[in-house]
Amino acid sequence: MTTEILTATDLKKYFVIGHSGWPKRKPIAVKAIDGISFTMFEGETLGLVGESGSGKSTVAYTTVGMYRPTAGSLRFRGQELFGHKDKRPQHLRKEIQIVFQDPGSSLNPRSSIKQILEMPLRVHQPGKNRIERVVHLLEIVGMSLEYMYKYPHMLSGGEKQIVGIARALASDPSLVILDEPTSALDVSVQAKTINLLLQLQKDFHLSYLFITHDLSLMRNVASRVAIMYLGKICEVAETADFFRNPLHPYTQMLLSSIPVISEAEEEFKPKKVISTGEIPSPVNIPTGCSFNTRCPFVMEVCSHIDPVMAEAGRGHTVRCHLFSQPAPGSVSQTGSISVPTNLT
Amino acid sequence: MAVPLLLEIKNLQVHFAVYGGRLKVLDGINLAVYSGEKVGLVGETGCGKTTTMKAILQVLPMPPAKIPGGEIFFKGRDILKMSDNELHQVRGRGISMIFQDPTAALNPVFSVGQQLEAVIGFAAIKGHQKSQQEIHQQAVASLLEVSLPDPERLLRSYPIQLSGGMRQRVCIGMALATNPELLIADEPGTSLDVTIQDQVLRLLRKLVEDKDTSIILITHTLGIVRELTDRVYVMYAGNVVEVATTQRLFAQPLHPYTQGLIQTVPRLTGGGIASGIPGRIPDYLNPPSGCRFHPRCPQAMDICRIQKPPAYRVEAGHEVACFLYSNHERDAKAQ
Amino acid sequence: MAESSISDQRSLGGLTAQQIKQLERASRWKNWGRSWYKFSRNPLSVVGLVTVVVLILLAIFAPVVTPYPRHAGAFTDFAHAELPPNAHYIFGTDQIGRDILTRIIFGLRSSLLMGVLVLVIVVPPGVLLGLVSGYYQGTWIDTIIMRITDIFLAVPPLILALAVASVLAPNLWNGMLAVSLMWWPWYTRLVYGLASQLRNEYFVAAAEVNGASTWHILFREILPNTISPILTKMSLDVAWVIIIGSMLSFVGLGVQPPEPSLGTMVADGARYLPDQWWIATFPALAIVIVVLGFNLLGDGVRDMFASEGV
Repeated sequence: MTTEILTATDLKKYFVIGHSGWPKRKPIAVKAIDGISFTMFEGETLGLVGESGSGKSTVAYTTVGMYRPTAGSLRFRGQELFGHKDKRPQHLRKEIQIVFQDPGSSLNPRSSIKQILEMPLRVHQPGKNRIERVVHLLEIVGMSLEYMYKYPHMLSGGEKQIVGIARALASDPSLVILDEPTSALDVSVQAKTINLLLQLQKDFHLSYLFITHDLSLMRNVASRVAIMYLGKICEVAETADFFRNPLHPYTQMLLSSIPVISEAEEEFKPKKVISTGEIPSPVNIPTGCSFNTRCPFVMEVCSHIDPVMAEAGRGHTVRCHLFSQPAPGSVSQTGSISVPTNLT
Repeated sequence: MAVPLLLEIKNLQVHFAVYGGRLKVLDGINLAVYSGEKVGLVGETGCGKTTTMKAILQVLPMPPAKIPGGEIFFKGRDILKMSDNELHQVRGRGISMIFQDPTAALNPVFSVGQQLEAVIGFAAIKGHQKSQQEIHQQAVASLLEVSLPDPERLLRSYPIQLSGGMRQRVCIGMALATNPELLIADEPGTSLDVTIQDQVLRLLRKLVEDKDTSIILITHTLGIVRELTDRVYVMYAGNVVEVATTQRLFAQPLHPYTQGLIQTVPRLTGGGIASGIPGRIPDYLNPPSGCRFHPRCPQAMDICRIQKPPAYRVEAGHEVACFLYSNHERDAKAQ
Repeated sequence: MAESSISDQRSLGGLTAQQIKQLERASRWKNWGRSWYKFSRNPLSVVGLVTVVVLILLAIFAPVVTPYPRHAGAFTDFAHAELPPNAHYIFGTDQIGRDILTRIIFGLRSSLLMGVLVLVIVVPPGVLLGLVSGYYQGTWIDTIIMRITDIFLAVPPLILALAVASVLAPNLWNGMLAVSLMWWPWYTRLVYGLASQLRNEYFVAAAEVNGASTWHILFREILPNTISPILTKMSLDVAWVIIIGSMLSFVGLGVQPPEPSLGTMVADGARYLPDQWWIATFPALAIVIVVLGFNLLGDGVRDMFASEGV
């Protein structure tokens, strides 16, 4: 099934954090998302990977309606999500839900589990017998009914996250955004939680936008992977292809930094790209390609021209001068043209 | 020539008084760190690893916490019996600690320089007070050691102006500035991005090797343990269940918990998600009888419900607290 | 719906409504037990609680427990005036011959009434304004509410109370009104600070994302997380209101004679120091005990709401 469920076109979200200069008052903006385009298909799990400042959380919060984009469009099944001046209509709200990263602060410490799960029911299904539906939700996620009257601080991290998942399912959504759902959990609890998520996806035909920094997890969960750096997407590919044949230097750097636990994985990792330098602050994004300050393969053109996304194989796109010609007429200062090379 | 034993924890028990009774968190921990060693302490949330570390540094909140038994020997002297003065000598100078969240570990209202110099000043040996000049020089040297550029400017900066990776380096610099013999690092890379974590951990390894400092690395991330340590202790529910050299632990894990743990780590090479270890960590108010892992163990036997397994030595340096290996000799040191 | 084969928690779906009610009752009991445990860790908190309960009972049952209830009204007995503490008059008598112990207990009535009623009047609007301005921080709603609050806070409190009380007829109720007018902004300020932080929490975002009504967000998500500081402040405030009320009656702008008031008793009795020391001293001690009792209780309430965590 390849119907589109979510389509982003040149999406931008800037946060103005102050003004500089006098009297010009030029706004200083954090370019959290700086023109991204992607497509999600029904029933798939699209993995979104990135480090601090990459904008992945901003993508999540914008999709679910917490932020309005500065520019660009975001369509859910063809319907523009931000067309209305006012708040998002209810029928769209119920379709797109989110599971937050930190189980500790995503549940109201003064609410019982029953009250937490009732909240979306109260909004989307007013009047109906809510207790029944709460019991049903707990059954779906495999949680004993004793938990109904407990409070979040009595639950372990994994259990809290399961409540967060149940809350997201309460409105019977089609698209669920998972913002680092297991990053705060231990590895054995993570396995159970991920398995629950996969089962729920099958049972309820859900599409997942799965955000994480854990590439080993991504390898085993996502059908396609997109990697972000400082507000832009660097590379998109089907999972197997992404890991076997990583093209973008940042992808290679990330993959080679992961601590793994077996020899087989060590050999699988791309040849070591030593990570150097700090991640630039999103207020001060480098000109040209934003990765040029840390890229081991940096060329002259990289600090002047921002590369465009280009096809580099079936379903595999990458945004890097090593794989694309600059547009004709926009030759770099030295007049040289980059030649695509295959680096694997 | 035998390598000197730096830290030895013998049969340590720690309980907490709470509503409903006592949380019997640590149930007789045995741990040893030799000079110059890199030891990993692996376990999941709630297994007691942070409690163990707090006990070593004697920073447990003592009204709810009680230590009903056990000894912690640092260079031959029992920390639990030390006076405040003696503890003061040990903390910072003998044993230093790096915390999980560098942002929380640095005071936001003081500059980096003020905090670093304060630590160096406190650690001065009595009678050999350093001059402000000397302290400042040492602070600059510490920052250079952790590869932080432009140390003079950094000393004047405030923690909020630094990135997460830089803050963690400052904390490492602070911890090592006093040349401690033992460094305890509690989840040092967890709050950092993967690429930055890689840098910081490599730096940490280089520094402890250069200075011949011992390190206890506490973490729940097995990959980090494999890259950074020589020997590993695996903890579950307040007990040490297995100890071995890092290589052996990953090549041949013996305890069912260790096996389960290694199995659930997702692989970069693919293979899907494992089913995890059934059950949840025990309630410390009423922990399971016998072996605390038996309710979740796929290979539990009758005896596991009744008796707590002692540590069996399967090979030199590889011990397991599990009745599956009872045909081996018991380790004389433990219990 | 397919069977969830992943969980290893036993699913107890199939409980009757009756059993669910029992579950709820059982967990509520447990929560109270836990709260009491936290409250009673400090024995002084229990002392405070007992003190406050005793005071309240004394005030309620004043006509029954006092030796000379008629002395609380218009009564004179110059034959027994200015007697020091003795077997018949435990705290002695005042300048008109009235039993001081009786008048103290009756005086408690107006003090406690003032304390409780002022808070009942002041807390709901103060908290509501704080919630709204905190949640809408940065907008015109916030600006208007907080500037009005600032204006009230800018006037020295006692002067405001005196000004209001002197314009209106001097009695207990107008005294309470005066104190109320100066008291509400503190709650608004407190809750404003809490609400403006809480609105950034993820659980509030979860409610907003789902389109929950503003009413739900303010009263079901944010307010419950402010209860702890509010209650703690309230128990400490009772003591303060009583002191302010005593100050008002000390100056003559509150409860009028012959109705007993702790403040007036201290004021009148001050003249007789140091010879007939008991006329002023015992009422003053009574004020101290009331204030102390509520303070200790307030400490206990704060502990009760302290977050869990070993």
